[in-house]
Amino acid sequence: MSEAVRSTRSAAASSHVEAAASYRQTGRTASGRRIQLEARGLKKSYFKAGHEIPVLRGVNLTVQQGEFLAVIGQSGSGKSTLLHLLATLDGADAGEVWLDGMRIDNLPRRRRDALRNRKLGMIFQFYHLLPELTALENVLAPLMIAHGLWSWLRHRRSHVQNARRLLEQVGLGQRWQHLPRELSGGEMQRTAIARALAPGPAVLLADEPTGNLDQHTGAEIMQLLRSLNRQHGLTIVMVTHDLANAQQAHRVVRLVEGRIESA
Amino acid sequence: MYKYLLCWRYLRSRYIALASIVSVTLGVATMIVVNAVMAGFAREMQQRLHNILSDVVLESHSLEGFRDPEWHMELMQRAAGDDIERMVAAVHVPAMLSFQYGGRGEWITRPVTLIGIDDEAPEQAAEFRQYLQHPQNRKQFSFRLRDGGYDVYDHQAQDRGTPRPEMRHAGWTHRRRMAELRRAAAQFGRQSPDASSQQGAHDHRAAEDEQSSTPSVPDDAELRGGDTARPAQRPSRAARSADPFARGGTERRFDPRTEQHTGLVMGIGLASFRLEGTDRFLLLPGDDVRLTFPTAGTPPRAVDDTFTIVDFYESKMSEYDSSLVFVPLRRLQELRGMIEPETGIGYVTSIQIKLKPGRELNQVRDKLRALFPPQLYSVSTWRDKQGALLAAVHMETAILNVLLFLIIAVAGFGILAIFFMIVVEKTRDIGILKSLGAGGRGIMGIFLFYGLLLGLVGSGAGMVLGLAFTQNINAIADALGRLTGRPVFDPDIYYFYEIPALIEWPTVTWIVLGALGIAALASVLPARRAARLHPVEALRYE
Repeated sequence: MSEAVRSTRSAAASSHVEAAASYRQTGRTASGRRIQLEARGLKKSYFKAGHEIPVLRGVNLTVQQGEFLAVIGQSGSGKSTLLHLLATLDGADAGEVWLDGMRIDNLPRRRRDALRNRKLGMIFQFYHLLPELTALENVLAPLMIAHGLWSWLRHRRSHVQNARRLLEQVGLGQRWQHLPRELSGGEMQRTAIARALAPGPAVLLADEPTGNLDQHTGAEIMQLLRSLNRQHGLTIVMVTHDLANAQQAHRVVRLVEGRIESA
Repeated sequence: MYKYLLCWRYLRSRYIALASIVSVTLGVATMIVVNAVMAGFAREMQQRLHNILSDVVLESHSLEGFRDPEWHMELMQRAAGDDIERMVAAVHVPAMLSFQYGGRGEWITRPVTLIGIDDEAPEQAAEFRQYLQHPQNRKQFSFRLRDGGYDVYDHQAQDRGTPRPEMRHAGWTHRRRMAELRRAAAQFGRQSPDASSQQGAHDHRAAEDEQSSTPSVPDDAELRGGDTARPAQRPSRAARSADPFARGGTERRFDPRTEQHTGLVMGIGLASFRLEGTDRFLLLPGDDVRLTFPTAGTPPRAVDDTFTIVDFYESKMSEYDSSLVFVPLRRLQELRGMIEPETGIGYVTSIQIKLKPGRELNQVRDKLRALFPPQLYSVSTWRDKQGALLAAVHMETAILNVLLFLIIAVAGFGILAIFFMIVVEKTRDIGILKSLGAGGRGIMGIFLFYGLLLGLVGSGAGMVLGLAFTQNINAIADALGRLTGRPVFDPDIYYFYEIPALIEWPTVTWIVLGALGIAALASVLPARRAARLHPVEALRYE
């Protein structure tokens, strides 16, 4: 079960070599672990009807390699915005995002796309599976995006094997040819997790992963995340408004009025 | 890679998009059918025209014609001998055709174009022969009346022609029967002036049904008993008509049962009319007609002579079938005084020139034009003569194509609208793909490729539909005709027995490519919009 993740992680690790030179500068934490993801003074405001509504007012956040960090905050406190900024889906008004010792928020669009594709896995409250694709195809989607038609056809077999193993790992070994609408909420979220893991990402960014699930299923998902973190050293940043879930993480920070407070 | 997979899935799951390309399908199918029919029509018409008209014609501006056609031919042979296969002289002159129809001896007169053709010339246009009604005449034409055996079924109509039962009796059989009837009528004493005229006073329907023939006149007289003017008029009119034949009678007794006048081939439209889809004949081969035409010389006088119909000419071009009458060239020259008494050299009004295959028409025409003074002669190709007709067909095709392509363009806007809707519907998926690292180009590719795929499906289906329709166009027309009770394609009107259709592959290719292009173009704007969607907003989209 762990083999797949390990192999993808080793692939991901090799691509980190380029960043190796710079992560010395970013330093290490007291625990001696490498800082994997860092937000420096992130600011973001939205404009609505001509009024500036500040959401993030200078967020500083450091995530160590292998850490499971939970960010809690009320609805509208900017949790999702922070996650989007970390994933470079959106641009910050000010501040920087660093991944593995490399500033990523000011990269050209295509490099950010590639980075998101390979190093940043995302899961969402509403799963966000592609409804036309089966569970397996959804898991394969990031790989398909990474590869052109020919290289895809060349490596198709190994990709499919990999994806099947990931689905097994999240407990959906038998459901791989089902469409999302044929799956339950928990199963959809598991598929989404498998998809996020498929390219072997450095960081998993989870946006309210249990927000749409009943308590029991939510607990199962949390357990899955924790086991991924524990067994494979996957770095996870999870935002949630559920304190009970958040407390299963190594560290919990609170987002209040656009700033991070330790909880 | 994901582009193609998603396109494929969208194609299979979004039937509304398929609905939007139905108009592309129909547009493509219609264009293919219309182009095929128009091309077939144009080709058929060109063939007909070309068969009737020779490649190049040298004509005199005057009805007098020009002297010594052999000299002209030699001149042309010297100038363009390499291009010319053969030349035939002919006389064209406007004439009046008169014949008597019905037991009452009604005279019918029609304007015709009289053509004197050289039946001695062995190569006398094969194209002319193929339109005749007697199989023997089609092989070896002569101006002698045949015993019988004229086609009852139109030989050009494959198996679809309606029979012409009256043609069964045509030929000497008909001539003898008519002569007998007329003699009997003369002996009966009521109609002696008419009968002695030995002119085609007859009722061909009566010829099939002999009983009705003889009493038809008394019947008529009784029916119109109140109309005293008519019986009173008849003898005088008959006497007038009989007059020109007096000389025939004085010299020698002409026996219509065994003799014929000079032969004549007549456009079938002059001798028949269509009634409820079948041809009814006013005249048949074996009947006599009179022709009145101007003599050469100034001022022209009218001369006339009696001819015996030996065959009908049916080119299916009603313009020709209802106006052309062919007689032997020598006889026409004699009658018109177109032969110099001292030398025996004739005059003709035109020389028909047939070119060797593959020669440039206009080039030869220009070469020949240089030979003769344009004040006296005109040299023209068959295209020049029927250019307006051909140009009209091409113009119609062009206009129809523009209109039909507009339909496809309208379909393009339908695709545009549907695509915008699909992009809106797929906003969240676009956000998901972007969060998974798909670039704007990739997203744009999905929709462009989708548009192309839809266009491919639409125009492909249209092509198949159009080609299938074209292949079976006659069966479809028949079925529609049976369904509606009215023939869709009435051969009576068009003179074609089948809808001519010619599939031109370059045209089909252009149509399909055009439709594909429109579908692809219509998807550009929605695809750009999809590519520019902000990922976070797209993800939040509900």
